[in-house]
Amino acid sequence: MIAAITRKGKSPLRLNALIGGFGFASLILFSLLVMVFSPYDPIETDFLNRFSGPSAAHWFGTDEYGRDLMTRIAHGAFVSLRVSALAILLAMLIGAVIGLPSGYFGGWLDKTLMVIVEAIMAFPGLLLVLGIMTALGPNEAGVIIALGISYSPPIARVLRGTVFSLREKEFVESSRLIGNNELTTILRHILPNCISPLTVIATSIFTAALLSETALSFLGLGVPPPAPSWGGMLADSRIFLSLNAWMGILPGLAISVALLSVNLIGDALRDTFDPQMRNL
Amino acid sequence: MAQYILKKILFLIPTMFLVTLIVFSVMRMVPGDPVELILRDVQNPELAERLREEMGLNKHIVLQYFDWLGRVFTLDLGTSLHNGQPVIGTMFSHFLVSLQVVSISIVLASLLALIGGTLAAWQQNRSLDVLTVMFSITCMSVPSFWLGIAFILLFGVGLQWLPTVGYVSPTEDFLESIQFLILPVAALAITEMGGILRMVRSTTIDVLRQEYITHARAKGLSEMTVLFRHALKNTAAPVLTLIGFAFGTLLGGAAVIETVFTLPGIGRLLVTSIYNRDYAMVQGIMLLISFTYIFINLIVDLLYPVFDPRVKL
Repeated sequence: MIAAITRKGKSPLRLNALIGGFGFASLILFSLLVMVFSPYDPIETDFLNRFSGPSAAHWFGTDEYGRDLMTRIAHGAFVSLRVSALAILLAMLIGAVIGLPSGYFGGWLDKTLMVIVEAIMAFPGLLLVLGIMTALGPNEAGVIIALGISYSPPIARVLRGTVFSLREKEFVESSRLIGNNELTTILRHILPNCISPLTVIATSIFTAALLSETALSFLGLGVPPPAPSWGGMLADSRIFLSLNAWMGILPGLAISVALLSVNLIGDALRDTFDPQMRNL
Repeated sequence: MAQYILKKILFLIPTMFLVTLIVFSVMRMVPGDPVELILRDVQNPELAERLREEMGLNKHIVLQYFDWLGRVFTLDLGTSLHNGQPVIGTMFSHFLVSLQVVSISIVLASLLALIGGTLAAWQQNRSLDVLTVMFSITCMSVPSFWLGIAFILLFGVGLQWLPTVGYVSPTEDFLESIQFLILPVAALAITEMGGILRMVRSTTIDVLRQEYITHARAKGLSEMTVLFRHALKNTAAPVLTLIGFAFGTLLGGAAVIETVFTLPGIGRLLVTSIYNRDYAMVQGIMLLISFTYIFINLIVDLLYPVFDPRVKL
């Protein structure tokens, strides 16, 4: 079906956005419905019903403490999404504080800030996040701060580049000429023009942050138990795979549906805002 | 050429300096007194004071940093607070395990992505291409640790074909070591392949539009020669950057797959050191991995002109 649409000359873009949006909306709706209607608590233990497979009472089965998997996955969605979203907001804030002045003023300030950005980027993957988590300890605020710092460099770079191309434009010049100070010019006139590249990069980083958040909880360094988290549930499942395989399958499926949806939405956003990147 | 290399290396100095500063500062932000951590529950103010003196903790923080930096230069990263062994030795034996797993995965992922991406670009918008695009976005959406768990369920618990937990060094028993590596390498290669595949495809699509490709085709060369001789060389340069990035991501995130398959790698060591609050070890590992990554990026930069002669030296 996708092939047919592509061949007609229409981009598969809208379909991607549609599938992605549908996937994401279903995940949220599923989680909300389960949270409202599930008779179970995500944390309360029930030792009589450990490791039960899918049944009428427990649709997804139960874990090693007899907790209902479906309820935990639904609650876990909001933990993962909340942490990733707040981390991205923090990353955007830090990225703006570095990227906007860097691109606007240039010169030695730009060089210094970019060396800092390079240095943060010299810690690949989860490395800096794990380092910061060592200092902050495993708690929700710690995860958000660690992810926010680690994901700020790409945002700073994109903003710097955009501001750099904007600063000689006439409307920026006019803002300066009518006597606006630099801060007003940057915030009122330059920042609004950075929204589309910012949206594109933030969406693509959102998937990375979500993946890192689940990886951190998988390593036992994320949002601490007994709070339900997808990564934590997968980590628990490792030991009990032969007792209840569903424990190892369903939370991962939830992560993948979330990632796939956001990836598809991100693709569509990028194609809309940044036609040069099409085909990617 | 020598000048180009020298310039690239000189540019790295401020970054490397800042990396050491970040590592040092992050570890200093850790709440609590390192001396109390070493002594655990022993109440001995005199001993504590002597340790503090020995570790230089009474000096100004800036002096402490330069003392530490000096020791890093001489490869003295201290001893593990956990088992008293020198950090550097423990670190390297674990690092080799991770390097082995990550390198094999990256080579496999890159090879498959280069072939698959080139063919997909050649068949742009046909069914092979659409399947490739769908496959790559699926790969990008599957966490390696989940794929690892799924592999354990399928090949370990279900079919019982392969060992799922543990590690054997290739110098000990080569064939057995391969059996232990198949599942983690497959999980990493598949999840890391998605991004590279996409990049190869899109770059090749652009390359195939260029005139020299039309020229090569007009000369009557076979499609495969055009694709894998002429087009691939031009695709390689930008893709190389992404491969370097992927290598770093895997090394920096090695903890995850090493936890799934209980491999004694550097990532697993990092996480246990974090649990044990073994800061000397955490510091050492952060330095080792980030310097390795900086080095890989340097290699990528130096290889760039080899693949793309238009890059001026």
